[in-house]
Amino acid sequence: MKVLVAVKRVIDYNVKVRVKSDRSDVDLANVKMALNPFCEIAVEEAVRLKEAGTASEVVVVSIGSKACQEQLRTALALGADRAIQVEAADQPDALSVARILQKVAEEESADLVLLGKQAIDSDNNQTGQMLAALMDRPQATFASEVVVEGDSLKVTREVDGGLQTLSLKLPAVVTTDLRLNEPRYASLPNIMKAKKKPLDVKTPDELGVQLASGAELISVEPPAERQAGIKVGSVEELVEKLRNEAKVIA
Amino acid sequence: MSILIITEHDNQSVKPVTLNLVTAAQQIGGEIDLLVAGENCQGAAEAAAAIAGVRKVIVADNAAYAHQLAENISKLMVELADGYSHIMAPGTTTGKNVAPRVAALLGVNQLSDIIAVEAADTFKRPIYAGNAIATVKSTDAVKVMTVRGTAFDAAAASGGSASVESCDAVHQHADVSFVGEELAKSDRPELTAASVVISGGRGMGNGDNFELLNKVADKLGAAVGASRAAVDAGFVPNDMQVGQTGKMVAPELYIAVGISGAIQHLAGMKDSKVIVAINKDEEAPIFQVADYGLVGDLFEAVPELEGRL
Repeated sequence: MKVLVAVKRVIDYNVKVRVKSDRSDVDLANVKMALNPFCEIAVEEAVRLKEAGTASEVVVVSIGSKACQEQLRTALALGADRAIQVEAADQPDALSVARILQKVAEEESADLVLLGKQAIDSDNNQTGQMLAALMDRPQATFASEVVVEGDSLKVTREVDGGLQTLSLKLPAVVTTDLRLNEPRYASLPNIMKAKKKPLDVKTPDELGVQLASGAELISVEPPAERQAGIKVGSVEELVEKLRNEAKVIA
Repeated sequence: MSILIITEHDNQSVKPVTLNLVTAAQQIGGEIDLLVAGENCQGAAEAAAAIAGVRKVIVADNAAYAHQLAENISKLMVELADGYSHIMAPGTTTGKNVAPRVAALLGVNQLSDIIAVEAADTFKRPIYAGNAIATVKSTDAVKVMTVRGTAFDAAAASGGSASVESCDAVHQHADVSFVGEELAKSDRPELTAASVVISGGRGMGNGDNFELLNKVADKLGAAVGASRAAVDAGFVPNDMQVGQTGKMVAPELYIAVGISGAIQHLAGMKDSKVIVAINKDEEAPIFQVADYGLVGDLFEAVPELEGRL
């Protein structure tokens, strides 16, 4: 089974994002970037499938400027076999990304495509679903457990009310939720080895995809700040305030 | 303009988030139709037809739609999409699962989790875990979007008199099947729909201690939530998680117990009307967003709170 993992370069999750003073976008100049945490979980899951002897090869792909090669190398250090960068401006729209991934999945004859459920920058939560739709293949989003059973997958999904289990025939698309696994740390020898693993660069043109977004970013603003309130001295005072001042309890 | 909304329901009744979507649709303007796709979903269809402001309810009652599988519902939506200017789904796990599939099949992008309607083609949505708010204009012929229910008031659940139309189209993807589900059973309201939420964090110490919160919740008719730290520590299941990677809530009253207030938790609850924090660490960041803070031992404060309600 061949596994394709799509990964995205995003702001490091520990960094607090700031809006540019002209409100045109967020300020990413000189900000620490990293592999999107949900993508890291997807890479880990693929590598575990390979270690278990289920997956024959793990290919990682990222779409963006040359800078995203850094994140592809991170994925290679975690255990992926080879990488593909599809050259594009940063922050392409989700549909264009899905179209590119569809072509890459076809070229690679991937049996399973793993993605993070969402990127922590755009918070879109779309690409995996769009890719599955374009491929007309089944999807399991928000996965917390993936079990390979022959040519099918049994996937447990985290849904609003609890857990749902689906059976999908391969090829299929799976997006990862937080509890699927705990990604490993790349060891120094593996980081060194990753530098020698193959990394191909392609263009959307070569794949026959034209990037075109149907959405225009008008402005970005910081959220309304919440003011700190008061400290109360006792539970009695708290209940009195909630009853008579805030009037939120009877 | 006309708007098609994917109704969130459990076949018998309509989930409250649908009412918030009707309000969002009214802010865009135009005729509002609801799709109820399910199996033996007559009850949900009747409830949908009673919602004020709805023109028409389209009912697709078939085993193929029993579990809201995205592969099947998305094809049904695309078949019905003709003539609609907007297609809306709730920002729930069900809505997020299906809406992008609909958009891709229609060849358009999708706007996720809109929180405000600026114009029929322009919307606000949170990015970077709510640390920035983007205003986005869609130039696509059909606007497909998911809507954050807590950002819009609920429309009246009764008073409407929509026509009901049945749709016989059956879309069944051969390569996906439903195996089973484990849904948390609770008599308490759902987290995202509750007017009062009480949540516990790592400070609760273990899962058994959440019983202290349950007792307060029973007195207030509240839902019980948790921080990611409490979920990761194994105290409670993930469907109780409030935060960037869990549920977004905006109740009238939010009580945070033993929660330090990590950015990722604040992202899920900072739009609550009144926030109460109970924490023994007076430096905890949760106090910076709390209207009422109580510095103290939760194991004393929470039982006392229950006693005084």
